[in-house]
Amino acid sequence: MTTDLLKKIAETNEWWGIAPELLLGCSALALLALEIVLPKKDHRFIPHFAIATQATVFVLLLAGFYSGYEGASTFGGLLQHSFLGHVGRVFFLLSSLLVCFLAGICLPRSKMPRVEFYHIVMVVTAAMMLLVQSNHFVMFFVALETLTIGFYVLVSYYRDRPLTLEAGLKYLVMGALSSGIMLFGIVLLYGAVGKVTIGGVAHTGFEFNVVADFLRQNPDSFLGIAGALLVLAGVAFKIGAFPFQIWIPDVYQGAPTPTTAFLAVASKAAGFAVLLTLTGTVFAPLQHILVPVLSLLAAATIIFGNLSALTQRNTKRLMGLSGVSHAGYLLLGVVASFTVEWAAAAVWFYLFTYLLASMAVFGVMAYTAGSDDADQELEHYEHLAKNRPFLAAVLAAGVGSLAGIPPLAGFMGKLLLFVAAFQAHLYWLLVVAVGGVVVSIYYYFGWIKAAFFEPVTVGTASADQSASAVPTWVGKLVLGVLALATVLLGFYPGPLTHWLPFK
Amino acid sequence: MNPIDAQLLQLAIATPLVAALAIALGLPKRFSTKLAAVAFTVPALIALWLWKEFPAEGAAKYFFASTVDTGLSGFGIALKLGLNGVALPMFLLAAIVGLAAGLYALRSGAERLKIYLMLLLIMQGGLLGVFASVDIFFFYFFHELALIPTFIMVGIWGGRDRNYAAMKMTIYLTVGAMLSLLGLIAIYVKSGATSFDLETLRLTLAADPLRVSLQKNIFGLLMFGFGILVSLWPFHTWAPLGYGAAPSSAAMLHAGVLKKFGLYGLIQIALPLLPAGAAWWAWKLALLAGIGNVLVVGFITMAQRDLKQMIGYSSVMHMGYCFLGIACLGITGPGGVVLLMVAHGLSVALLFLLATSVHHRTHTFDMSEMGGLAQKTPVLAAFFVTGTLASIGLPGFANFWGELTVFVALWKFSPAITAVAVAGVVISAIYGLRAAARVFFGPPSEQLQKVTAAHPPADMGWGERLPALLLLAALLLFGLFPRLLSHTVDQALSQPAAMPTATAHLHR
Repeated sequence: MTTDLLKKIAETNEWWGIAPELLLGCSALALLALEIVLPKKDHRFIPHFAIATQATVFVLLLAGFYSGYEGASTFGGLLQHSFLGHVGRVFFLLSSLLVCFLAGICLPRSKMPRVEFYHIVMVVTAAMMLLVQSNHFVMFFVALETLTIGFYVLVSYYRDRPLTLEAGLKYLVMGALSSGIMLFGIVLLYGAVGKVTIGGVAHTGFEFNVVADFLRQNPDSFLGIAGALLVLAGVAFKIGAFPFQIWIPDVYQGAPTPTTAFLAVASKAAGFAVLLTLTGTVFAPLQHILVPVLSLLAAATIIFGNLSALTQRNTKRLMGLSGVSHAGYLLLGVVASFTVEWAAAAVWFYLFTYLLASMAVFGVMAYTAGSDDADQELEHYEHLAKNRPFLAAVLAAGVGSLAGIPPLAGFMGKLLLFVAAFQAHLYWLLVVAVGGVVVSIYYYFGWIKAAFFEPVTVGTASADQSASAVPTWVGKLVLGVLALATVLLGFYPGPLTHWLPFK
Repeated sequence: MNPIDAQLLQLAIATPLVAALAIALGLPKRFSTKLAAVAFTVPALIALWLWKEFPAEGAAKYFFASTVDTGLSGFGIALKLGLNGVALPMFLLAAIVGLAAGLYALRSGAERLKIYLMLLLIMQGGLLGVFASVDIFFFYFFHELALIPTFIMVGIWGGRDRNYAAMKMTIYLTVGAMLSLLGLIAIYVKSGATSFDLETLRLTLAADPLRVSLQKNIFGLLMFGFGILVSLWPFHTWAPLGYGAAPSSAAMLHAGVLKKFGLYGLIQIALPLLPAGAAWWAWKLALLAGIGNVLVVGFITMAQRDLKQMIGYSSVMHMGYCFLGIACLGITGPGGVVLLMVAHGLSVALLFLLATSVHHRTHTFDMSEMGGLAQKTPVLAAFFVTGTLASIGLPGFANFWGELTVFVALWKFSPAITAVAVAGVVISAIYGLRAAARVFFGPPSEQLQKVTAAHPPADMGWGERLPALLLLAALLLFGLFPRLLSHTVDQALSQPAAMPTATAHLHR
């Protein structure tokens, strides 16, 4: 990087384009500083500070403060600001806010330090926000690694529990493997493009549009195809697509509930944001190979996710494995996006409904969990409707939306994806997806059944629930808003459909 | 026609839903029951008013139309409401049965009455929405809205085997709903109309019909999708089980009204939009329904000992006549089906209500453990016998005209199948009258004597009589003056290009 470039960046005020990420990163550091500076009794305010800064950035983003850069390319082509990037930023901030809310419920139950959790969540969020805007494989990989390494820590946060440590180790090994695979793919592409001159950041074999140009001219280049497939394999690990879903159940169960939620929602969405960017720009010329490959992947993911979720009794594993099937439905949208332009918007719509529903469910899980975070069985939900009707109602809205039952928001998400798939002529994939939806009703309904219907078996001792928390009014408010939004978006999806670029 | 009528139609659908929301948000029980009573009554009054306001001519068009954009207009989806000649009787049916089921639920003394009423209200709102939707997406949407509470009600307030029944119903009906959704989306995508509006779709497809092979495929999807929802043999097993377990008001609304969704969809959507597909499937449907629903299920019904399951099976059997009428294509067959749907909806709701009333007095559904109840409860016996006669199709009740019209159309379609269908009437007379005899006449069984000694049975109170009277009055009204219904149905179906005729498209 030459000094000229730095000068140019300083002159053009390009930093302002990533002000939200900078703000998040700086306040994440400030959290650590505050922990040293503040007296111990005031430490409880640090999470509030974390949430407040994120909320501020969120509001500023929504208000359109940083939208001046839309369509622009900054930092010598490292970043490309687009409207979908903006959507991604909003999404990741919203999910990190909710994860911090969950952390406020769960973390006090353990003896672990709390501030670092918020710190890492904010750094990871900033990395995700950069990831969706990256336009350069180096930037892409650095952002992705920042995110992944943050997750290594978050997953193994309860370091005194064996299950958590096992989860952490599994995630570390699988994550490192996938990073290696992806890096190998990037290097192959770089080599294939064949410009080894490092004359500046711009116009190397790392830039998305340069790679895209190369692939357009040589759509049958073996190195190009191999590189693209390897990169996509790395992304498939993030979204938990078959056959890279192998880590999901154990990691989801062992990780602290807020981390599980973060993994399930934000990490998966980051994977899909990347996938949409890659298939939409860099790998668009490889459509003839990627459509069949991704279709197969989607079908296998849907089938595997649903079948493996059928027999789960542990709710965290259930969320993980059913999340695999959701990744499959989303992949359907990604495949459709090759031919149907608005399918990308449909994928985002689905992700937003998935966020609302999953976070509502994870919220209920956080409140019903006992002292052992990994031990959350369906049996623990028996009598929930009688003992805690509010939580049961939120659970019903969330689980119902995940199952795609009308009139909830999740149904609208599935509908839009299916319509897109129809227009893209993916008929056999649709049949698989619909079959998957029907199967999924069984296990989601089983959860509802446990919470609402009278139990058939009497006397199964529920685990130690004395530690489970009672929702505060803030908790009730957040969960209530999530559930209500899930219901209202089903009836009136206007706010999302007008905002997302469906046209 | 008043300009306010379109708003009234919206109000009829919104009232139960808003009341349900108010109850969900924690209205005290005292107000909840009153609000629920109001919310069940308002749609019924509006439905009657709209019936009166409905123009005498041109019923093929939609009246009282209004459109609300819910943010999906980019996909050609908008909440477009309106009633045509076929939708009007169904809307009226939903309002009447809803009122009866609501009144009965208010007096049922169910546990957690508030939630029970809330779910019933959601169901009622969905049902009214189904028949008032011109947009086929919302047609499906409202159906699901009404369907979900059914599962929950079976699961929580159900009787024997409720967990199994709720699960089985959920899976069967979800499969059916998903298949029909695929069919509806296929119509939307393939028609090129980029709209879910039924009127637009009809115009587009009338001008430029789909390829015949495509029509066959989509009609097949819809036929089996809707068919599962209507308990087409051999996908009917959820119905008797589910109705046997369901609490009475839910069974009344589901068997009486919600189940008609599939038939209504076939008549309003599948037949006019996919004429060639309908012609190709007609014989297959007739065989499935004629042999499966009417004959096989008819014999199974005769073998039932459980009163409520017997009514469940009989409703599966009567759906066979409806499928047969649809298989006739043309005007007479489907028209007869609309009459039969209304009649059957009223009569089966009445029978489910009375079966529960019987259960309150005998504490069993097993007919072999009953007998002689007529001496203690003459009014209940009178209602039951009348309801049974109506369901068999005795002249003077609405069912007669529905069945007669279907048989007339069926004779032209195939005399052999007509013979099967008429044999079905004999079967239903056998099991219906035998049930009435076993429950109410003859000497009481030993178990019953014990039960009645412990709990002396009272005759029907006004909480039971009022809804039963309501249903019976409607049955008699439409039985004595069938023209009240058939007039608009006839107009709606006989409009050119609205219905395929069996001959016109067979030779394509």
